[in-house]
Amino acid sequence: MHIVVCIKQVPDSAQIRVHPVTNTIMRQGVPTIINPYDLFALEEALRLRDTYGGEVTVLTMGPPMAEDALRKALGYGADRAVLLTDRYFAGSDTLATSYALSQAIAKVGETFGTPDIVFTGKQTIDGDTAQVGPGIAKRLDLMQLTYVAKIPSIDLAAGEIKVERRCEGGTQMLQSRLPCLITMLEGTNEVRRGSLEDALYAARSQVLRWSAADAGIDDLTRCGLRGSPTVVKRVFAPTARAEKAALIDAAERNLRDLADELIAAILTRGPALEQELAFNSGE
Amino acid sequence: MSSANREAPRPASGRAGTKKELPDHFKDYRHVWVFIELERGQVHPVSFELLGEGRKLADKLGVELAGIVLGPPGETTQSAVAEAFAYGADLVYNVEAPLLADYRNEPFTKAMTDLVNAHKPEILLLGATTLGRDLAGSVATTLKTGLTADCTELDVDTDGSLAATRPTFGGSLLCTIYTLNYRPQMATVRPRVMAMPRRMDKPVGRVIRHQLSVAEDDIVTKILGFLPDSQSGKANLAYADVVVAGGLGLGAAENLQLVKDLARAIGAEHGCSRPLVQKGWLSADRQIGQTGKTIRPKLYIAAGISGAIQHRVGVEGADLIVAINTDPNAPIFDFAHLGIITDAIRFLPALTEAFTRRLSPHSRDKLAS
Repeated sequence: MHIVVCIKQVPDSAQIRVHPVTNTIMRQGVPTIINPYDLFALEEALRLRDTYGGEVTVLTMGPPMAEDALRKALGYGADRAVLLTDRYFAGSDTLATSYALSQAIAKVGETFGTPDIVFTGKQTIDGDTAQVGPGIAKRLDLMQLTYVAKIPSIDLAAGEIKVERRCEGGTQMLQSRLPCLITMLEGTNEVRRGSLEDALYAARSQVLRWSAADAGIDDLTRCGLRGSPTVVKRVFAPTARAEKAALIDAAERNLRDLADELIAAILTRGPALEQELAFNSGE
Repeated sequence: MSSANREAPRPASGRAGTKKELPDHFKDYRHVWVFIELERGQVHPVSFELLGEGRKLADKLGVELAGIVLGPPGETTQSAVAEAFAYGADLVYNVEAPLLADYRNEPFTKAMTDLVNAHKPEILLLGATTLGRDLAGSVATTLKTGLTADCTELDVDTDGSLAATRPTFGGSLLCTIYTLNYRPQMATVRPRVMAMPRRMDKPVGRVIRHQLSVAEDDIVTKILGFLPDSQSGKANLAYADVVVAGGLGLGAAENLQLVKDLARAIGAEHGCSRPLVQKGWLSADRQIGQTGKTIRPKLYIAAGISGAIQHRVGVEGADLIVAINTDPNAPIFDFAHLGIITDAIRFLPALTEAFTRRLSPHSRDKLAS
């Protein structure tokens, strides 16, 4: 079977700093990683390939440097990598992104065989929207299976798939049809370490670099800023509370006194809390 | 009164200043809709929180607030309809069909997009739950309109546009997003981000019923079964009244025990900031912040948490925030009410001990007398 995995290169969020004066993101020197949620999707795709045979194509849309993420994915064992990169994609929101990716997936299908499954991560750590996966499913008319925790079985001949899907308060057992789009839940598998063989393969592989035209996109008004219904009007840092926190300086103080002082301060501000806490602490 | 607002658009800055006039076919889109999430007989509380927020938007715009109730025929669906009125809806759009008994993307997307196309709302709000996100993504793509996820603030601009504010760049800044030339303007909001409005005893008002235009045979995905989560040991952070959480300042995974000890002593739920989940110190259902749980407790104690924006937006609704941190410049002191500049690892045991002393049966007796 043929599986397409959509991944995104994101800044390592633990290292993002905001400029204290200008309130802009200081991107310089921030390392990039494959969106961590996408690794679970990639791992699941590789496992399915190892079980059922076939190929895994990884796809990303991004600037030329996103090739690094694809090369890493090849190092985990993906068979083929496609980088969708074009200045027309700059400023895409989730609707424009799902349009470009769905066109590219269709082109991947024409070129290398129609995919049976398209995977994405649950969401990205920089945008956190969880909207691109459903967007791709809708545009390509794929069955939409989000928050999938497990794929107990696939019947390729019948074109059927069974999945366990996390929902509020429990897990749904679903039976659906291929082709489908799966957004994979985090922590549901153990991401492999790539083998030496895969590392060598990654090093000598060609990452396919597609422009909008290469991906068969002729309507550029649906891409990038022009194709995005949402507009970011303002980016800002939240203002501090007008009233600063009342600070207790602990330097050279006895911990016991300090704890009593803090509790007194808590109960002064919230007198009703004493009853609440006393009630709660009852064994 | 809304038209008065709309006739006086304010020139906006930046890209928003390039706004063209709304295309004619969107001009009759009016009113604010809230999707009422009904699953296994229960309305998710986020739907009521959204009705509270939707009420404010509708009043500012001078339009009506509608609840959208999709469910199986019968009592649970009708009680969800009644609850929508009790929490502020002016009217309810209701689709009842047996295949809306359990959530599936296909029939729900169909029901929702049909309703939107028939009745043309200008704003559509959904809870950012697994169900709400699954549905919102499909509906927005089908309607080819804008969708802003996980908003922390919703407002109406002077020209009547929805101004949806959410954290961005992994939660390091906030941004305000508009859907300028498309309708409806869609947004999702996470549970507990908005305050729960007061429930009023109100009679059931205008209900507009619709037929579902698909049959079971048209639906590809079948539900084979449902396995409820076991409730024991499950965190109920979002709705807890007292919460204690730890961050990277704890230094090592085993020091989380200090947080759990304090939580136990005062009957609190315990949680943590995002980096701890990423390090695997605690499971994801204990994560507090934009990508974890949003909490609104009466008391929140944050130990060794620096207070990045993505954490801040998850705790700002707390009545009283107490921060323990060694760094006096940590951003958490910008939104905490009480702060203590000390090492959480050393201080937490003392605090647990002091609380236990204060809340001992003896002092409880004193309290009762």
